Amino acid sequence: MTLVGCGNDTKGGKEVKIVVNGKEQVLEQEKLTVTELLEINKVDMPDMVSVQLNGEFAKREEFARTQINDGDEIDFLYFMGGGK
Amino acid sequence: MKFTDEQLERYSRHIILQNVGVTGQEKIMNGKVLIIGAGGLGAPAALYLAAAGVGTIGIVDGDVVDRTNLQRQVIHFTPDLNKPKVESAKEKMEAINPDVKVVTYKELVFANNIEGIIKDYDFIVDGTDNFPAKFLINDACVFNKKPFSHGGILRFDGQTMTYVPGEACYRCVFNSPPPKDAVPTCSQAGVLGAIAGMLGTIQAAEVLKFFIGEGELLTNRLLVFDALNMTFRTAPVKKNPNCPICGDNPTVTELVDAEQAMCDLRSRM
Ligand SMILES: [Zn+2]
Repeated sequence: MTLVGCGNDTKGGKEVKIVVNGKEQVLEQEKLTVTELLEINKVDMPDMVSVQLNGEFAKREEFARTQINDGDEIDFLYFMGGGK
Repeated sequence: MKFTDEQLERYSRHIILQNVGVTGQEKIMNGKVLIIGAGGLGAPAALYLAAAGVGTIGIVDGDVVDRTNLQRQVIHFTPDLNKPKVESAKEKMEAINPDVKVVTYKELVFANNIEGIIKDYDFIVDGTDNFPAKFLINDACVFNKKPFSHGGILRFDGQTMTYVPGEACYRCVFNSPPPKDAVPTCSQAGVLGAIAGMLGTIQAAEVLKFFIGEGELLTNRLLVFDALNMTFRTAPVKKNPNCPICGDNPTVTELVDAEQAMCDLRSRM
């Protein structure tokens, strides 16, 4: 959850390799927040997801300024309220 | 405990298991479990726990059986329409296994009654269908140091984790109920019937493992499955220092009834 950017240099552009819900994702964008990552992953109801970043839960009110870095492991854990 | 010949026969497939044996079966038969909700999750959990011979099974539900329930709530049959769910469930559980003592609570859980209901039980199964109840069960179990199994289903997906005192709780992962307007209404969401069976039986297996004390419970892990693609994943979770109930600076210090737009029977799918 640090602000240190460490994307790999590739032909002028920088890419970031992360793992979301156990699957690798390669992102073109170097500076990325949790909010942006939710958008990229088409999570249309961010209020219905808890985000775990490298084993620590990100605070919902800080999604917009929590930085994603190269090598991060992210879990989107959805609220599921059904049972009947 | 002396097993009758009938019991030795009935439970032989448990007793033959190395991790269960006579001792494990005895622990199951001395166990007291409370199932909150006699619906999609509660139905399979109740059936398997009764079949397993759990000594006392409490079941809580304020509803009557509705036709829309029959697509997945396998403990209720068509002739049970309009019957209180707890009565319908009790009949089936006793029919499967007369050894089991079934205690019924024809009511919903609220902040003012939940502690009185859970206090007599060793383990609680969350089979409810709304966030206020799920958070209330968590909070009551954390305050009263009761282990419980969280379960949630939606469309083709399911999730479950097991809380034991001192380990990660439901709020460690989900903090607080989502805003009402973000929750898809029951009629929008829907659920594949068999999903309820998949999740409810995982919860039942956790209860049995808890009683026999073998293996690893789903503590500090959230099991998530997507039955549409049939993928299962276990996300490690840990006790969260920012958890509003078990964290370093708790803000939840008493039980409250959270608000939620309740689906009426007609819109319930
Ligand atoms: Zn907690």
